[in-house]
Amino acid sequence: MSVTMTNRQVGDVTVIDAAGRITLGEGSSAFRDTIKDLVTKGDKKVLLNLSEVSYIDSSGIGELVSGFTTVSNAGGRLKLLGLTKRVQDLLQITKLYTVFEVFDDEAAGLASFS
Amino acid sequence: MSASFEQEIQEYQLESTLDSVDLADQNALDLARKFGFGEDDQNSISMAVRECMVNAVAHGNKYNARKKVYLKLEAMPGTLAVTIGDEGDGFKDTDVPDPLAQENLLKQSGRGLLLMRAFMDECEHAARVPQGTLVRMVKRLGEV
Repeated sequence: MSVTMTNRQVGDVTVIDAAGRITLGEGSSAFRDTIKDLVTKGDKKVLLNLSEVSYIDSSGIGELVSGFTTVSNAGGRLKLLGLTKRVQDLLQITKLYTVFEVFDDEAAGLASFS
Repeated sequence: MSASFEQEIQEYQLESTLDSVDLADQNALDLARKFGFGEDDQNSISMAVRECMVNAVAHGNKYNARKKVYLKLEAMPGTLAVTIGDEGDGFKDTDVPDPLAQENLLKQSGRGLLLMRAFMDECEHAARVPQGTLVRMVKRLGEV
């Protein structure tokens, strides 16, 4: 299974519900395309829900970083929601917990943009 | 392939495709389960094998259909060793920027070796004769 990305709007925040695997190939390109589309439309507040993402490899991590940079360069912010233990471990190992703002609770994540 | 009660060795010559990454992952996981590795260890082995295979297929062999990836799985009670070889140009540690350095944190790539080392108990690489890189990783039961 690759990744599915579903967008929903909560106020002025775009929440992306991702599910599946973000890995080299189809999974990482789907994520990249979703972020590019959002930035093109002018969406600058992005909360990426990874609670249903079972697996991310180093290519997927690279796409998260690229997405963060793309949104930041457009003047926006990309934050993460609902990390599984495996994804938390990856962010610890790669020190990316120092880069991303991470939330366990969607309401807190949404409120952080205001 | 050879098998006994105490040891099992599997060897493969694989195509330089992403399908080979899945195949290597699945075979390593099946062997890990058979030799009693728990879910956390299986996840670690899966991550390391996939990263190493992607390096071999994509960075080493550059998806070249004429180049093969060598995979050897060796299991014995308490230990799983994975050896993966490619036919690429090889690399040195000094060629790989430190992905944990502040200036590299936002780079898109370069974390594969870090993850392999983090998830396995041993991870060594060497030049392969006549060409390429050979990586050997070991996971032991009950170690981080």
